Amino acid sequence: MRLWLALARRGYQRYAAYPGATVAGVFTNTFFGFLQAYILLAVFRQRESIGSYDASDAVTYVWLAQGMLMTIYIWGWYDVALRVRSGDIATDLYRPVDFQLLWLTQDLGRAAYHGLFRGVPPFLVGALVFDLRLPSDAVLWLAFAVSVVLAVCASFAYRFLFNLASFWLLDYRGVGVLAMVASTFFSGMIIPIAFFPGWLETLAWALPFAAMVQAPIEIFLGHARGLELAGLLTLQLGWASLLLLAGRAVFAAGTRRLVVQGG
Amino acid sequence: MVEAPTILRIYARLIGARIRSQVQYRLSFALNMIGTALISFLDFAAILVIFEQVDALGEWSVAEVAFLYGISSVTFAATDLAIGHIDLLPEMIRKGDFDLVLVRPLGSLFQVVASDFTLRRLGRVGQGLVILVVALTQLEIEWTAGRVGMLAVTVVAGSAIFAGVWIAFSTIAFWLVDSLEVANAFTYGGNFLASYPVNIFGAWLRRLVLFVVPLAFVAYLPSLYILDKKDELGLPRALQFASPLVAVATALAGGLLWRVAVRRYRSAGG
Repeated sequence: MRLWLALARRGYQRYAAYPGATVAGVFTNTFFGFLQAYILLAVFRQRESIGSYDASDAVTYVWLAQGMLMTIYIWGWYDVALRVRSGDIATDLYRPVDFQLLWLTQDLGRAAYHGLFRGVPPFLVGALVFDLRLPSDAVLWLAFAVSVVLAVCASFAYRFLFNLASFWLLDYRGVGVLAMVASTFFSGMIIPIAFFPGWLETLAWALPFAAMVQAPIEIFLGHARGLELAGLLTLQLGWASLLLLAGRAVFAAGTRRLVVQGG
Repeated sequence: MVEAPTILRIYARLIGARIRSQVQYRLSFALNMIGTALISFLDFAAILVIFEQVDALGEWSVAEVAFLYGISSVTFAATDLAIGHIDLLPEMIRKGDFDLVLVRPLGSLFQVVASDFTLRRLGRVGQGLVILVVALTQLEIEWTAGRVGMLAVTVVAGSAIFAGVWIAFSTIAFWLVDSLEVANAFTYGGNFLASYPVNIFGAWLRRLVLFVVPLAFVAYLPSLYILDKKDELGLPRALQFASPLVAVATALAGGLLWRVAVRRYRSAGG
């Protein structure tokens, strides 16, 4: 247990080392938050509600999504791909620690930092300027916290998976960019899934990405209660487990054919 | 001072070498270019989703917003292609590579701009052009010489405005080396912002993009003239023709800020 805590702390400290970058990042998230909030408010000047969203839900969604952005680290993460490419993976393989769990633990530490310092501040600014909707009771807050952790796990498992492409392909970035396009759009990061036309909404909920952004936001907004809430958390747990298991299988296949040049 | 033709020749050589190295791996290059185009397409996908739900956004139809998006994307992508690697400046400062720039007998801004060239960013230009052309076929514009001329002028002026803004904000790195994301808010964020009608934004933001960071002149104001739309903000009509002037001023301001910043630069190394 001490080992895992130490690993998580490393993940946290790696990002905590650059407070200047954090402040700059919060500035940018906040600026984008304002832009998106104004756009969605313009939408709700034309309509009272879309799906389960009213104007207040939509603006809350904007600031939550900005907070989730870095917490689940949806964009460019190539740490594992780079280790395969450089051959450093060879040293990782004879460490007495499970490779995937090692990275997952570090990523949870990283997410703790980003959640606190990149996620919370833009939301607070948003709450000062706009009329945001907060969870009405402690159960929802707790469910939201659990949901965010599951979202990080699912997102990590997905990133780990597409990083493993570097075992087979020279150009892991091409795959990474395509993977990122899919997750950014279908996770509900740039526009709520509830705004999608029916068929696209169905598709989005059938894909793993909704578990990474939209699910925690639905819980925060109180759109899912009781059984529905339990269903959302189960969905997230399911995708996180499935993607982690897929990652393990692909990693095993990759290491079997791995040839590291060395001298 | 090195003369202009020599500078152009050096630029062509440097960029030529970069391009040749990038197209060596064809599949990899193709994937990267498609990926770049797809990422920038996501912002347009969001616009399409919004117009699934409503017919107008601040009195602008989907074709009209697509027009704004097209202009903003093409101008931003052209600027990104030409000077986007100015984003590498913080890294150059951190590593001490900027010291090398200062001892060479060429302008420092030129060297940073010519230090790299990412051809896959052409994918972004192409994506913006496609949307712009589609928008033009959907709109019923009464084409006059003035409107055609305005469209051409707008693309050039918009690129210059983005370039000035990009250079100006990148100079923050001379004071705060970790500041890249602040610049991103006005470059990538500026592109996002300029794709929407300015009249939907809050008052402080409208003032900001009219008077401080002149992003309203990239697409919104000239488009009012080209599309013959009523300005919901009731701004003076002369502003619709002011983009070229604003572009010159913004580019000059960017260059001036760069000079001031470089003069007070002190190396990180010891």
